[in-house]
Amino acid sequence: MQTRALPYLLLLPSVILLGVLFLYPFVLVAWQAISDDAGQLTSAHFSEMLGHWKFNTAFKNTLYLTLAVVPIQMVLALYMASLVTGMKRGRDAFLYIWTIPLGISDLAAGIIWLSIFEQSGFLNSFLVTFGINEQPETFLGYQNKGTIFLAIALAEIWRATAIVLVILVAGMGLIPKEYQEAAEVFGASRWQRFTKVTLPLLKPSLQTALILRVILAFEVFAVVAALGGTNLPILMGEVYQWQFVLRDPNVAAAFALVILGISILCTLVIMWFLRTPKGATI
Amino acid sequence: MAEIKIKSVARRFGKVEALKSIDLTVADQEFLVLLGASGCGKTTLLRIVAGLETASEGEVWIGDERVDRLPPRDRKIAMVFQNYAVFPHLTVFENIAFGLRMAKLDQNTVDKRVKRTAELMHIDPLLERYSGQLSGGQRQRVAVARALAMEPEVLLMDEPLSNLDALLRMEMRAELKSVLAESKTTTIYVTHDQVEAMSMADRIAIMNKGEIVQASDAVDIYRNPSHRFVGSFIGNPPMNFLPAKPLEGSMWSVANLQLPGPAHPSNATDSQIEFAIRPEDLTVGDATTEGAMHVKVRVVEPLGSHLLASCLVDEQLFRVVLDSDHPITSGDSLYIKPMMDRIRWFDAKSEHVL
Ligand SMILES: Nc1ncnc2c1ncn2[C@@H]1O[C@H](COP(=O)(O)OP(=O)(O)OP(=O)(O)O)[C@@H](O)[C@H]1O
Ligand SMILES: [Mg+2]
Repeated sequence: MQTRALPYLLLLPSVILLGVLFLYPFVLVAWQAISDDAGQLTSAHFSEMLGHWKFNTAFKNTLYLTLAVVPIQMVLALYMASLVTGMKRGRDAFLYIWTIPLGISDLAAGIIWLSIFEQSGFLNSFLVTFGINEQPETFLGYQNKGTIFLAIALAEIWRATAIVLVILVAGMGLIPKEYQEAAEVFGASRWQRFTKVTLPLLKPSLQTALILRVILAFEVFAVVAALGGTNLPILMGEVYQWQFVLRDPNVAAAFALVILGISILCTLVIMWFLRTPKGATI
Repeated sequence: MAEIKIKSVARRFGKVEALKSIDLTVADQEFLVLLGASGCGKTTLLRIVAGLETASEGEVWIGDERVDRLPPRDRKIAMVFQNYAVFPHLTVFENIAFGLRMAKLDQNTVDKRVKRTAELMHIDPLLERYSGQLSGGQRQRVAVARALAMEPEVLLMDEPLSNLDALLRMEMRAELKSVLAESKTTTIYVTHDQVEAMSMADRIAIMNKGEIVQASDAVDIYRNPSHRFVGSFIGNPPMNFLPAKPLEGSMWSVANLQLPGPAHPSNATDSQIEFAIRPEDLTVGDATTEGAMHVKVRVVEPLGSHLLASCLVDEQLFRVVLDSDHPITSGDSLYIKPMMDRIRWFDAKSEHVL
């Protein structure tokens, strides 16, 4: 009896802390999104959000950005992790260098890429100095939505691939070498070993990395703010706009709930998609 | 044709010499058993033949092809790993089918071969399970089935039956042997188990500390060990050894006996050669028996089919196999006479037979 209760008892403090610091504010925000000042249930805030011309754009931009960034990050990280795992020497050095962007805040990352792409930035100086362009270009001007999107995607890939890499390297390190060897003896090519052995055995790590990245991609904010200002509306940017510029916390809360909703949905989809078959222990 | 030739293969791990210049030829369709103590380099040798490990020196040939630069998948081998390496993310069926799928065989053939090998290894009721749902012995049989399903020309097995109970092991080893003889496979089979080695092998190669000390058929290995190690390793209990002192002519003094032996080495001094005899190659006499050795019994172990008496001669351990109904207890004296044609002599320095 005592021993059965013990784990729960030990978990209790963290549960209370989460409840106070997460669940309670969450309930407040949710309530804010669906109630008016008089404390009555209302869908007015959601209607206002959905009716606003920026909602669709922000929703689509966020989705597109996620779709553009996350798959590239996963593929890149998988490739880099395979390289690092296969290394006999110097793997730590490569890992350290590749994970440097992890130590930089997202706003700082945005500013770094801004200094590359802005009108007086590195890219323009380069192009003008070498005579490729006569005049500096305004890559990030409001008429260049495509370029802004590209710059943001680039900055995000640069900034956040490392976290996926770290998770996957740890995961690959846990796969015993003997499975690769068995696959090799039984005729699997390099690529087949990767797809038939490494990937399936890496599922738990892939799941973690993917969920983490997708959720963070939905919450992208500072990099977009630095590179696009308000030229490329995204969901998190709208939360900020409504909360602090338009001073309407109710609609801001509605936006926040939308982000939460799609995060949960995606998490469930990923978990289902990368589930391990019943009975298999990986 | 899949003859395996291993030429002067050596393998060092840093300072550790795991293999010291191994020369071994396994004839086409031969069943060769590698037998040796733990850590003597059996797995390392097998992995070099498989291509999972590179030799520091030497060549490996399979058939007419030199393979030591080829990747494992181009060597036409199948292997049973000592640690099984059964894929945890695949069912038993898919595990057994793995190599067949890589070889792009059609579904019909795959089904047939998986079914047949699974039945052979008595794991056909487990085909839909995952390796996490199997016992160690079941997992091991999956590993064997996966290799057999390949119907390879060369089959490498690293202690494939080590985890089975005695009865199942006996059954499996008979089935394995008959299947492999039928399929004309060249097999290298690693085991710790002497009985297994003797019962299955066309030829046994005894390994010691990274060297092959003798490779021959079971009877020859048992009767005529070429090396002291073989005598002390093979047989349960193993051979008895006693130091021999040179006398006149080619006579040697062993304990209280005077025995004819090999001609004296030119620089003969005390204890340079050893007398050796198997515990069952002794006849029991009494105090009056001519040419009998006097030993003191320390421990008697009744083993059903026989008694095993551990005795002392000149403070040296000397084991004797006796009839089960021999009346004897510890402390007794025993007079035993070695069968002259079963006596072997070893050089104490080089440990080679004389
Ligand atoms: N990767 C390695 N690095 C260093 N030493 C190794 C390595 N692999 C094997 N060895 C050493 O080489 C020797 C032979 O090892 P091996 O695994 O071939 O033994 P084995 O005969 O298969 O033993 P067992 O019967 O216990 O399986 C051992 O002393 C072992 O410690
Ligand atoms: Mg071994």
